[in-house]
Amino acid sequence: MTQDWPPSPRPDGGTRGGGAALAGLGLKTSHVAQVLESGAAVDFFEVHAENYMVDGGPFLRHLERVRERWPLSIHGVGLSIGGDGPLDQAHLARLAALLKRYQPAWFSEHLAWSSHGGHWFNDLLPLPYDAATLQRVCDHVDEVQHRLRHRLLLENPSTYVEFAASTMDEAQFLNEVVRRTGCGLLLDVNNAYVNAVNHGGDAAAFIAALPAAAVGEIHLAGFAEDADAAGDRLLIDDHGSPVADAVWSLYAQATARLGPVPTLIERDNDVPALAVLEAEAARARAVLQRHAAPHAAVAPARLAARVAPPRDAPAPAGAQA
Amino acid sequence: MIPALVRPTQSGFVRALLDPTLPAPPGLATWNGSDPALRFAVYRNNVVVSLVAALADTFPVVRELVGADFFTAMARLYVAEQPPSSPVLAHYGDGFADWLAQFEPAANLPYLADMARLERARVRAYHAADAPVLGANAIAAHLADPARLPAAKLQLHPSVTVLASPWAIVSLWAAHQGQGRLGDVDPDWPKCALVLRFEDDATVIAIPEAAAELFHRLQRGLPLGEAAALPEPLDLGASLAQLIRHGAISAWVGPE
Repeated sequence: MTQDWPPSPRPDGGTRGGGAALAGLGLKTSHVAQVLESGAAVDFFEVHAENYMVDGGPFLRHLERVRERWPLSIHGVGLSIGGDGPLDQAHLARLAALLKRYQPAWFSEHLAWSSHGGHWFNDLLPLPYDAATLQRVCDHVDEVQHRLRHRLLLENPSTYVEFAASTMDEAQFLNEVVRRTGCGLLLDVNNAYVNAVNHGGDAAAFIAALPAAAVGEIHLAGFAEDADAAGDRLLIDDHGSPVADAVWSLYAQATARLGPVPTLIERDNDVPALAVLEAEAARARAVLQRHAAPHAAVAPARLAARVAPPRDAPAPAGAQA
Repeated sequence: MIPALVRPTQSGFVRALLDPTLPAPPGLATWNGSDPALRFAVYRNNVVVSLVAALADTFPVVRELVGADFFTAMARLYVAEQPPSSPVLAHYGDGFADWLAQFEPAANLPYLADMARLERARVRAYHAADAPVLGANAIAAHLADPARLPAAKLQLHPSVTVLASPWAIVSLWAAHQGQGRLGDVDPDWPKCALVLRFEDDATVIAIPEAAAELFHRLQRGLPLGEAAALPEPLDLGASLAQLIRHGAISAWVGPE
């Protein structure tokens, strides 16, 4: 499933898992031992690239063992693609090494910036959507794809402010980036919902305006409720709660249009038991199966609900095939 | 000519992020005309809270020693003065111990900086490069020929940090792991530590001061004979046994 840059001529860019209904989870340190010992009812795992940019130790070894059994999505949070300075070459080199080592099926980053002046701020900061930003983002996406030899899926961010200088809306901006660079999109349905509430927009219209064939992965997550200075709802993308009902219905609408796009349940705070997240992944898989290609209605064996250990390896105690 | 709309620079955005006394950057807009300052505060909060949480993860005992509220206030200042220089958060906090040593409001806890060094060394150990570990048999073979010992060089595992402190940080750290009672910590108790990854755990081992000096010298590449020539009494056999037992020796070099 690993795909190279330049993208394949297939309309989905080869990123969609061949029409199968794939539901994944973020790999959490609190779940790793359980996942390696007993398996997990997921079709793929996703990790934050930066957590694995270490010299050695258990993290890298655990990820290797996970990668032997599941397809992997590597999700970057540190590239600062929207940054007004040049991309951090040391960081690109670390990403290249990570992708080479783990051969992910998907690689994604954000339409945002997070570094400036040699400092990194651990948050996805917002961009004005104008010609200058478009040029810079496209240059950076080009550079990333050529350096990493891998298609980039660019994620729509959650934002809390807009810019008076913006001349495009977010969907127009993303369409242009896809058209100019050939990158794919990671559609975060929760972010689409959060932004629609935060900026008085229409999430379904936003999703409908995206180039459908470019969407290679979907994220679902929970948000927190706040209010702005006018007392209107202000939603915070905190990945700290289950996916909201409103986001599930938006997701059903989106998949009706986009087909069975591999979908990840994101949870980074107040991480519950693995079974709780498996249940959310199962709910996403059920939605996807309504749209799966007939020949792929049953997921291939290696992507089956409980992934068995490789046949040539002794089954760990308590493994569920 | 229509004046260009204000487009905030990223440097201006960052200044306002890190300094809550500054107003929100210009050029922000909201759909309902509400004050963007409150919305901008979400970013301010995300940055500071997430980085303070990262420090709290790395320095749990420092946090317990000063209390959660004091730690948060202190870490906020550190974040604003020294935000991460890399997106790899496993590296964040390298400068925290030195910063703490200069932090006046915590001057009544003079051991705080060394405790931070110990906790930082644990995180480094956990993520340090993998390297071979010389087994007891291989080392026994080297020890069998005493004449060759003085010129031998021992390469310690990349996860090893040797800490020496004038304070009883090792006992204090252990007491915070539930390995002893806080009231029992005697200032004369172990002040030096060997920190390394052992069986996938970031392990802290109390060592005598002379052993700490020996291990320091070995890390600097001195041959065993020279490294062990210390003014203070050193139990060389026990010190080497400690290294061997915890898989701290990666290579035994020479002499030719």
